[in-house]
Amino acid sequence: MTIHVHEQVHRPRVSDQGFDARTPKVRIYLMGKEYQVPNVLTIMAAIEYAGYRLVRGCGCRAGFCGACSTIYRKTDDYKLYSALACQTLVEEGMYLVQIPFVPAVKSLYDMEEITLTDNVILRYYPEIARCVSCNTCTRSCPQGIRVMDYIQASLRGNIARAAHLSFDCIQCGLCSSRCPADIKHYHVGQLVRRVYETRIAPKSPHLARRIEELDSGVYDEEMNRLMTSSLSELKQRYESRKIEPVSED
Amino acid sequence: MKMIRGYPDYMRESIERVERTRAERLKTPYPPMSLAEREVLLHRFHPDFREEQKRPIAFGPSRGLKVNHELANVIESHPLVPSTLNLSQVDYQVDVLIIGGGGAGTVAAIWAVQEGIHPEKVLIATKLRHGDSNSTMAQGGIQAADRENDSPLIHYLDAMGGGHFTNKPELVQALVSDAPRIIKWHESLGVMYDKDEAGNFVENPGGGTSRKRLHSAKDYTGLEIMRVVRDESRNLSVPVIEFAPAVELLMDERGQVAGAVLLNLETKEYVVVRAKATILATGGFGRLHMQGFPTTNHYGATGDGLVLAYHVGAELVDLDSVQYHPTGAAFPPQIAGLLITEKVRGMGATPVNADGELFVYPLEPRDVESSAFIRECYDREKGVITPTGMRGVWLDAPMIDMIHGEGAIREALPAMWRMYERFGIDMTRDPILVFPTLHYQNGGIAIDVDGATTVPGLFVGGEASGGVHGKNRLMGNSLLDFNVFGMRAGISAARYARQVEVGHLSLAHVDRYEELLKDAGIVTDRTSPVLLPEYRGKEALERQLDVLI
Repeated sequence: MTIHVHEQVHRPRVSDQGFDARTPKVRIYLMGKEYQVPNVLTIMAAIEYAGYRLVRGCGCRAGFCGACSTIYRKTDDYKLYSALACQTLVEEGMYLVQIPFVPAVKSLYDMEEITLTDNVILRYYPEIARCVSCNTCTRSCPQGIRVMDYIQASLRGNIARAAHLSFDCIQCGLCSSRCPADIKHYHVGQLVRRVYETRIAPKSPHLARRIEELDSGVYDEEMNRLMTSSLSELKQRYESRKIEPVSED
Repeated sequence: MKMIRGYPDYMRESIERVERTRAERLKTPYPPMSLAEREVLLHRFHPDFREEQKRPIAFGPSRGLKVNHELANVIESHPLVPSTLNLSQVDYQVDVLIIGGGGAGTVAAIWAVQEGIHPEKVLIATKLRHGDSNSTMAQGGIQAADRENDSPLIHYLDAMGGGHFTNKPELVQALVSDAPRIIKWHESLGVMYDKDEAGNFVENPGGGTSRKRLHSAKDYTGLEIMRVVRDESRNLSVPVIEFAPAVELLMDERGQVAGAVLLNLETKEYVVVRAKATILATGGFGRLHMQGFPTTNHYGATGDGLVLAYHVGAELVDLDSVQYHPTGAAFPPQIAGLLITEKVRGMGATPVNADGELFVYPLEPRDVESSAFIRECYDREKGVITPTGMRGVWLDAPMIDMIHGEGAIREALPAMWRMYERFGIDMTRDPILVFPTLHYQNGGIAIDVDGATTVPGLFVGGEASGGVHGKNRLMGNSLLDFNVFGMRAGISAARYARQVEVGHLSLAHVDRYEELLKDAGIVTDRTSPVLLPEYRGKEALERQLDVLI
């Protein structure tokens, strides 16, 4: 006998972002125009609250895609700040504008032809030599990545260091939009990581063996048996399979 | 309300109870459920079994399939363009049109080129930017049975059991057999999976996997795969039109799919693409918010591919089931519904109720785990209630550093750590609050092992397709799916394009669809695909004037 208790299940409304009519409001300026919005909203939710239907400047809404690059300043503050609109709360007196797109040039390369003998990164992105170490890129990064450090590591040919330092990059382009040397940091990071993995990182020893087994048809007979077995047989095999514990390394 | 390190003080009391049971939970595992126990739990608590939230599709090849009202609504809607649309100006003439620029679409493009199609004869059209997709947001990992104690056979069993044995066997066979080859391909492209010094992948278990099989790139696995395949596609100079979703497929007089009508989202002009083969790689439908659930999905995930495919008579399967990921963020409200990767549990964190009790095996398949969380919050009343009224259970993240050593969270889960740190919570010290969130479209457009549909000229790859995962997908099988079936669809479409002749472009199927609506007695002013969800503020919308500018 099954009892349906679903009716009791409360779920947050889609639009429930934790505010109601009593929530205090802050003043923000969207492209120079003033709006009053609940103070608990992210910049992205505030733009929508104000009545905008976002097309540009909105992607994953979770801090993974880099679509919502935003620059802003604050009242009585000369500094220009940068942030991801979906991951940053509004503050009183923010003057906001979203950057829909950073038109940065990406070099084209064939990974098969890349060798480590020359300084491969300089070959495809010679402008990294123009880095003046101002660190504006690092300061503008919403991920907190040491952008200048990975550019410097790339310049010195330290591919492994550059690859690991740049790993958390979501390619929003804020670094490149502010660089006085016109470096395209996030494209440089993409190249160093691919070079690292294909030319420096050790290759998996198991993988080749498993692919050989698959190619030689080792599993074919047993797979056919699984695919044609009855539901009860399959369930029995499923329930009797051994589960490897989490902590067993 | 007094806040202490990101939490209101009343929630701190519950956190103290969680801390008191932590040492014991580290020592004593909780047993998994039997298949019979799973079934009982699912029927009582899984949202798929809420009959009043669903209705059968009224017409067409999948007539009778019971789906959520939100999905039935977009199927039972008028197409966006009339059959009389002027198609005389063809803007693009290509061999392979790929609709969707996420993982599946980009992989398909690369393999269509590998198969011999000139890059200039491939076109990717996508709704947002190239790469804005659920693929990019996948965090925890990709499955491939490559360790010595594992095999494609065990992977097959795990996937079938997770899907309640409703998956199409031949699709699962393709999935698990291609998996090691996909990882090898990624290694050759330069995807930076986590490895030890000898090159062995660091592999974790996922819900419903009986082996450690999840290859990850920290908790940016999807992002890492996506940015590498996108870089490769750009190196091949595959053309991409961004902010140009498809609003209708095109057919010819022989009943073959022959391209699509795109919409330029800036100018609202339509664009006619004539193609010999068309691949739908439009992803999932989380932004339709089934049953009002929040979602982990990206902004454009509105199920467009399902609608477009149904307009041309393709079959939809397994859409009676929807995947709710057990661990959506429940607090703070700004991140409610966002994904907390299953890798958090894979690395040893356990779910705990308000009293600090472990109440379920932490790595059940997702539908089972989610149902247990719902039971804990709404039946046993042992959830934690947030200041905005949402309920959730704890996920005891600090256990990870205790199991794997200090620094493990910062090293293996930087995205998770960063997301909580932005809102003042340190997950290395404190548990995080979670509740199920709408995550994945288990079913979709029916395909065969080549990614082909029942409609000639139409191929599908990735989340838009159905049959691979049956009624419930396992963690790490979606990144695998878009690679395997993106590749297969790309190759098949390329081969098909080489031998097909396309006739006159036609939208006659739009009229036929209108007839089906009429015959089914559906009277509505809805149109679909919906393209983007509606999140504008109620207050602003109420005062908006409908003025042409």
